[in-house]
Amino acid sequence: MATDIATLRDGTGALVRDNRHAVSPGLWVLAWRRLTSDTVGMVALAIVAAFILMMILSGAGLLAGDWNREVGVNYAPPSFVDVEAPATATQQTITTTETAPAGTEYKSTIVDPIGDVIEKLKGGKAESPPAAVQPGAAEEKSVDPLADVMADIRAGKGVGAAVKPEERKATLPLGGDKWGRDVLKKTIKGSETSIFVGLASAAVATFLGTLFGALAGYYGKWIDDFFNWFYSVFSSIPYLLLILAVAAVLQQKGMLTIILILGLTGWTGVFRLIRAEYLKHKSREYVQAADAIGASNGRRMFIHIFPNISHVVLVQLSILVVAFIKSEVILSFLGFGVPVDVVSWGSMLNEAQNELILGKWWQLVAATVAMATLVTAFSLFTDALRDALDPKLKGRLGA
Amino acid sequence: MSNTKFTGDPLVSVRNLRISFRLDRHTTFEAVKGISFDIPRDSTVALVGESGSGKSVTSLAMLGLLPPENSIIDPASEVLYGGRNLLALPIGELRKLRGADISMIFQEPMTSLNPVFTVGWQLEEVLRLHMGMSGRAARKRAVDLLREVGIPEPERRIDSFPSQLSGGQQQRVMIAMAIACEPKLLIADEPTTALDVTIQKQILELIADLQKRHQMSVLFITHDLAVVGEIADYVVVMRNGEIREQGPAKAVFESPQDTYTKALLMCRPQLDRRPLRLPVIDDFIHGAGPKNLEDRKRGIKPNDAIVLDVRNLGKSFYSREGIFGKREFKAVKDVSFQLPKGKTLGLVGESGSGKTTVGLTLMRLHEATTGEAIFEGRDLLSMSPAEFMQYKRRIQIIFQNPYASLNPRFTVGQIIVEPMQIHGIGNSAQERTDMAFELLNKVGLAEVSFYKYPHEFSGGQRQRIAIARCLTMKPDILICDESVSALDVSVQAQVLNLLQDLQDEFGLSYIFISHDLAVVKYISDQVMVMNDGEIVEIANSDEIYRHPKMPYTQRLLASIPKGWHGQHSRAND
Repeated sequence: MATDIATLRDGTGALVRDNRHAVSPGLWVLAWRRLTSDTVGMVALAIVAAFILMMILSGAGLLAGDWNREVGVNYAPPSFVDVEAPATATQQTITTTETAPAGTEYKSTIVDPIGDVIEKLKGGKAESPPAAVQPGAAEEKSVDPLADVMADIRAGKGVGAAVKPEERKATLPLGGDKWGRDVLKKTIKGSETSIFVGLASAAVATFLGTLFGALAGYYGKWIDDFFNWFYSVFSSIPYLLLILAVAAVLQQKGMLTIILILGLTGWTGVFRLIRAEYLKHKSREYVQAADAIGASNGRRMFIHIFPNISHVVLVQLSILVVAFIKSEVILSFLGFGVPVDVVSWGSMLNEAQNELILGKWWQLVAATVAMATLVTAFSLFTDALRDALDPKLKGRLGA
Repeated sequence: MSNTKFTGDPLVSVRNLRISFRLDRHTTFEAVKGISFDIPRDSTVALVGESGSGKSVTSLAMLGLLPPENSIIDPASEVLYGGRNLLALPIGELRKLRGADISMIFQEPMTSLNPVFTVGWQLEEVLRLHMGMSGRAARKRAVDLLREVGIPEPERRIDSFPSQLSGGQQQRVMIAMAIACEPKLLIADEPTTALDVTIQKQILELIADLQKRHQMSVLFITHDLAVVGEIADYVVVMRNGEIREQGPAKAVFESPQDTYTKALLMCRPQLDRRPLRLPVIDDFIHGAGPKNLEDRKRGIKPNDAIVLDVRNLGKSFYSREGIFGKREFKAVKDVSFQLPKGKTLGLVGESGSGKTTVGLTLMRLHEATTGEAIFEGRDLLSMSPAEFMQYKRRIQIIFQNPYASLNPRFTVGQIIVEPMQIHGIGNSAQERTDMAFELLNKVGLAEVSFYKYPHEFSGGQRQRIAIARCLTMKPDILICDESVSALDVSVQAQVLNLLQDLQDEFGLSYIFISHDLAVVKYISDQVMVMNDGEIVEIANSDEIYRHPKMPYTQRLLASIPKGWHGQHSRAND
């Protein structure tokens, strides 16, 4: 997206300054016109734009900044699910220490292997004053990798976010999670991570793939051999294993790590395509003509050839964004993703695993629907983009 | 050649054919505007026109090969064959006719044959599908067909793949496939345009011979009037989707009625005349007629100043063979010549003769293997790239295909300003822009072109842009690599006139590379004939065309289509 607009400016920017009215529409402008006449593509673009706007607002702290606040009761059901759910929830609010009837039933019938862990955490979370003592003791016994995070939560956000039990809402628009946090806000906040990771890692991967592909395709010979060897090595290692290896090397969790992991492993497809494009274009007559007028290798590569293949790059970029949003979700789901104090759609799905056993489906649905909508819209947009930039259409325009 | 028989009903008659193309949702373009003509039995009809005249569209429509999604054929149009309207036939019926009654050969034999099947397999497929022949019978017939179209050793060649045959042989195979089912009508769409002149002659003779032997009709589509003169009984001249003139070949060639036909006949450089300026279409349509018809003197004198001295130029390409071995292919062998200032050296030869390699090597777009090129006392080929940079602008090249040599993502302004930026010509962006405007005027383009993209221009205009790009660097030597070959005859004349004007004004020296012997004869002072990377003969152009010394040159010159007059004299034999 961002690239699209930027390139539009690149293509015509210089000319618009000179003479606005005499300028013919460039190929980008024509492509944009074709894109705007594609209804599906425009709807998809609107959805994508809405998601990105949401991501930016959330990133700026204007939206869902308080996603951490435990505003509802534990597992508050969505507002649109009515009748019995509020009843149990009210009971839960009143008798926090006592188990609700539903809970008892569940406890007696199913043996939960991590039941006591959850119970412990629940106790620690819900009742703030006694919990303050517990972690201290735990720390002395064993090394807790999350100690800092827990302390953080407790000291700052956790305590601040705690809402008195009486003020907690029985239902939330899209329901609440284990701690009564608003799933809607979590989804919005999660989009920030997921989309940002998707965009940034796709940008890294596309940049690497384009650069390597340009060098390999343009220069050929041993440079091409080298990059091909590099490509073969990279693509011969199973994808997940490679991600684990990079994750192990980088040694820390966080958004930057995921971006690097995905960026450093995802360039291969782009490389292959861009290399082929450069191979094709370098022997074209317009490049020979550029050589004849004395343009240097770099100038030929990036000023003469690049604008002619930039549509391929753009389409690759958007395909990768879709793939990486999914990858981020998968990584977070597997636990290699973002740290626990950051929410992403993947970590939501991870939490949803346990919740689903309890019949609390709303977090799963919220994250899945959000992701599916974005990914579908983005894919449809990519299709429309590819059609709009189809070089075959150029001939029809030219003739 | 028989004269056209107008008796009896024609084999095919086209009535009010009107075809439009949908460009986008709101605009359509009328490519063929209600044309009518007949194809008599047992004769050759030539459909002549420049690009965009609708000649190919007409032929595709006759076979129902137009893409249905964006083409609209007017319901009143008719193509009558054997009492049936081909345009209204259901696709199944039409498919039975295609290949069997009406068959077609295309321009590019290399792309018309499937590269992964042997030619025999492809030929036999036609026979099996349309004639219902069994495997053995089909193979026998295929060998006969290959023999008929003049493929040597047909028993062996039947198992070769298309890539193992030369361009001329591939076109022969295409013709064999087309005549396999004894069609009544053969449509040949520019069948010789992609071929060398000697091969073209053979193919034309083959088609004429087959036409007579099988008593079929041929619809021959071409832009080249000289070729038409050689083989047509009946000529239809088209322009912009309309028929300008039609009639028996004799009438059209000897007393053309239409101004456009007259212009077409005049625009083409003639072998026996060399006017100061070539007449262009506009001279006929707007003006009183061609001007400046007196002959221009050509040729070089011994005391002409030499601008470029090429000695023993050689260029080898290497292909890998085995693990360590490599095979040398000598594209250019020991070529030496001198280029006088302000003169034109024509470089002719068939494809593979190494003429383009000479041009690219002199530009250092290819690295020379041996030899030197002395320019202002320095050897261009041995100096370092940094040193060569300042000489680079002095030698420029105009490529063959104006559709490929301009960057489609640059505006014309960017294209022309780019070399000035690289070489630091002009002090400011404003100065460069002004120079660009000036050059656009010089090559005859409107100033507004500066803001347009190459795809908005026609072939001839694009070639002007390419010329303007070269002129920014004020070169001493301009290499024209088939620069007018891809252009229509009328546009070709305009570009040749422009090149001549520039030579007269700036004293440029040209190396004019072309396979088109008539064009080379027109523009060159000296002609160098190349074959297999070697110089066959080099002499003043009038001299070489009048008295070719070497057998190869003689053979080459004999292959030039002579047009109507050539056929006329032959018919009287």
